[in-house]
Amino acid sequence: MQIIRQAMAGTLESSDVLVEISPADRICIELESPVKAQFGDSILATAKEVLEAQGVQGAQVRLQDQGALDCTLRARLETCIARASQEEDHA
Amino acid sequence: MDKLVNNLKEALKAAGIKDGATLSFHHHMRNGDYVLNMTLAAAAELGVKDLTVNASAIFPVHAPLIDLIKQGVVTSLECNYMSGPVGEAISQGILDKPVIFRTHGGRPADIASGQFPIDIAVIAAPAADKMGNISGKFGPSQCGSLGYAFADAEFADQVIAVTDHLMPYPLVEYSIPETQVNYVVQVDKIGDPKGIVSGTTKITRDPIGLLMAQYATQVIEASPYYQDGMSFQTGAGGASLATAAFLKDRMLERGIKGSYGMGGITSYLVDMLEAGCFESLVDVQCFDLGAVESIRTNPKHREVSALHYAAPRPAVASSLVDNLDFVILGATEMDKNFNVNVHTNSQGVIMGGSGGHSDTAAGAKLAMIIAPLTRARMPLILDQVTCLSTPGETIDILVTQYGIAVNPRREDLIQALSASKLPLRSIEDLQKTAEDLVGKPKPLPHGDKVVGQVRYRTGEIISEIYQLN
Amino acid sequence: MRRSMMFLPGNSPRMLMNGPVLPADSLIFDLEDAVAPDQKDAARVMLAHALTSLDFGQREIVVRINDLESAFWQADLDEVLPAKPDLVMPPKVARAQDIEKLAAYLDKKEAELGIEVGKTGILPLLELALGVENAFEIAQASPRVVALFLGGEDLSANLRSPRTKEGWELFYARTRLVNAARACEIDVIDTPFTDTDDLEGLRQDAEFAKSLGFSGKSVISPRHLDIINEVFSPTQAEIIWAQEVMAVIEEGKRLGKGAVSLHGKMVDKPIVMRAEQILENAKAMGYPL
Repeated sequence: MQIIRQAMAGTLESSDVLVEISPADRICIELESPVKAQFGDSILATAKEVLEAQGVQGAQVRLQDQGALDCTLRARLETCIARASQEEDHA
Repeated sequence: MDKLVNNLKEALKAAGIKDGATLSFHHHMRNGDYVLNMTLAAAAELGVKDLTVNASAIFPVHAPLIDLIKQGVVTSLECNYMSGPVGEAISQGILDKPVIFRTHGGRPADIASGQFPIDIAVIAAPAADKMGNISGKFGPSQCGSLGYAFADAEFADQVIAVTDHLMPYPLVEYSIPETQVNYVVQVDKIGDPKGIVSGTTKITRDPIGLLMAQYATQVIEASPYYQDGMSFQTGAGGASLATAAFLKDRMLERGIKGSYGMGGITSYLVDMLEAGCFESLVDVQCFDLGAVESIRTNPKHREVSALHYAAPRPAVASSLVDNLDFVILGATEMDKNFNVNVHTNSQGVIMGGSGGHSDTAAGAKLAMIIAPLTRARMPLILDQVTCLSTPGETIDILVTQYGIAVNPRREDLIQALSASKLPLRSIEDLQKTAEDLVGKPKPLPHGDKVVGQVRYRTGEIISEIYQLN
Repeated sequence: MRRSMMFLPGNSPRMLMNGPVLPADSLIFDLEDAVAPDQKDAARVMLAHALTSLDFGQREIVVRINDLESAFWQADLDEVLPAKPDLVMPPKVARAQDIEKLAAYLDKKEAELGIEVGKTGILPLLELALGVENAFEIAQASPRVVALFLGGEDLSANLRSPRTKEGWELFYARTRLVNAARACEIDVIDTPFTDTDDLEGLRQDAEFAKSLGFSGKSVISPRHLDIINEVFSPTQAEIIWAQEVMAVIEEGKRLGKGAVSLHGKMVDKPIVMRAEQILENAKAMGYPL
């Protein structure tokens, strides 16, 4: 998928993650997390995997993690990619 | 005659403050305390350096300590509990000497032994008379019990009472007598009532907290100590309070009459006393206004010193924890040996301390931890705790929302609980459940410098806290 | 066994994580009222991931989709059906045709996904006066319909009657639903009790619903679960009675008797069925029998 606009998904509530994606030439992921030391590598690996699976070639991704489970991270990323690759909001 | 001195500076000078002195403070003003900050500011103005601050606890309100440490006014810190900006700064390594973390029972024992002498005890006094009879039960900054200040008053070389409520002499309902107090200083305010005690403490609405509280109540009921004469302690955390509320109903239904409720006292324990669940409350610290009201008016609600509450033998001949049946405690981390960390958070930052945790665990016949198996993505049970606060051999049961683990050491309890419908699981099994859910955390890296030492109630250093990476 | 059916918002990771430990017989994951219109896309993806990743044990999994007039319900199903929920709950069901429309879409999607066609049950939410009047036809509209579910809040608004704690405004709807559901031999679930702090009122409301014939009750506060489960569980006395019924039936068979009695009362077919039901429920709840 092609990232054509800036989009967000998720929240800053506990156990969630706020994902922000905007267009870029290549993949760049920025991570903030209270469990970065323990799970940072795993979070980044999941993010890369989801981006790749969705065919995203270039995107600036910002993850504000609040201790989200892997399944939550995947869900928020998928939603964000879908939103960022559409012209308008499709709820 | 009176002992009134114009201000803190004069009192400190009169008490002989000098470079390298040790000053002590109690934490009954909790996060509303003004006295520690104003005392150290006065000391700084006097140009004194190299002070040791021995406070029973440090709260967020004590953030000005950070600058005093940087200026060299304070170069050594000792406490039983530390939260907020000071804990973060200590974790970053701003102090050269490691903070000594004691327990609520170990601190007065160390003070009484003379091994850690206090030069000047500065006692926030919600009410005092001109000769230094002190009470916590009156005045705008009332806090109820003054249990943590007794050893300081008795054993410090010099004692200064700081009050915002001077009462006519003699204040007969004193907790600390004039015999121990050298100077009295009157100030505008010793604290912010909102931070001293909460108006009401409410039980949790969190479904997981309530579920764990139900399990905890059932564990108590299924144990062999659930009988007339039982004694009980719980903290002020949400699930702990809910357990007290549930237990009250169950005790009344079954007609069980306990002997004493203990600890930091909340309205929930007062309710239990008034409903007839206990013969008495022994109170080292009041957590809310209901507890303050009760200790002032109900003769069955008795103030006790920290020594009497929790000190280990042979520092005292005995203390109340030795006869405790049940205690409910929390944990930020545990390991498979039931070891508990309550000092540092998932990032390795100091945000707590033993308080009475390891004292009551050591004394109680059934020491129970209530903690959620995961907090957001952090699992409770790790291969190794980041900091050892309370040794696992003193912990009997872990209650989580996913089930209950009994320390294998307690075969008797395993047998007793097996007869119930409670979901018993091994702690290894619980660890696996959590890791299936959140993944296995990498060990937290840390720096080389030791910033804190955990001094067990016996005086043994059982763990070291490291600077953040 | 559907004593307690607990609603959980479908877009809250923190609340979804509670699902695996709540003592509810069924969990209803809500994509409708609990989710703002601009978050519908996020909610269905979140829920689909949660359903495949979290272990909800024996609990029945229900997804409340958006109503069949909305633009969302098909996308809801497209996203969550691969996670194989046990039941789908359509809200604001008014007539049998609504169920037929949903069932047809489920037929198609199940076939596409390689799920056994007919496997996904339907739990119609009746919260319109028209839906209540058509309860029997709705219950009969598809073999997928496993229970009828009363939604009292929307219904009282539709009836233009204030919603009261006593609930007389719902009395007709309650008895109507029970009758329709029982006529089709399916379960029937009562509307939630909405005052989270009034546990005594909750118990009375649940006992009343049980006395009318409801199988269970929906729950919006986890604090209500224990009371609801207790009220809709067989009592110790009921279990003992049921065991006695089964014992005299066995005894009658052994002795070749046509008719048997217990405590001076004839034990006929409805009594045996009731006893069997009690024992089945008791067994499902893990009572030692």
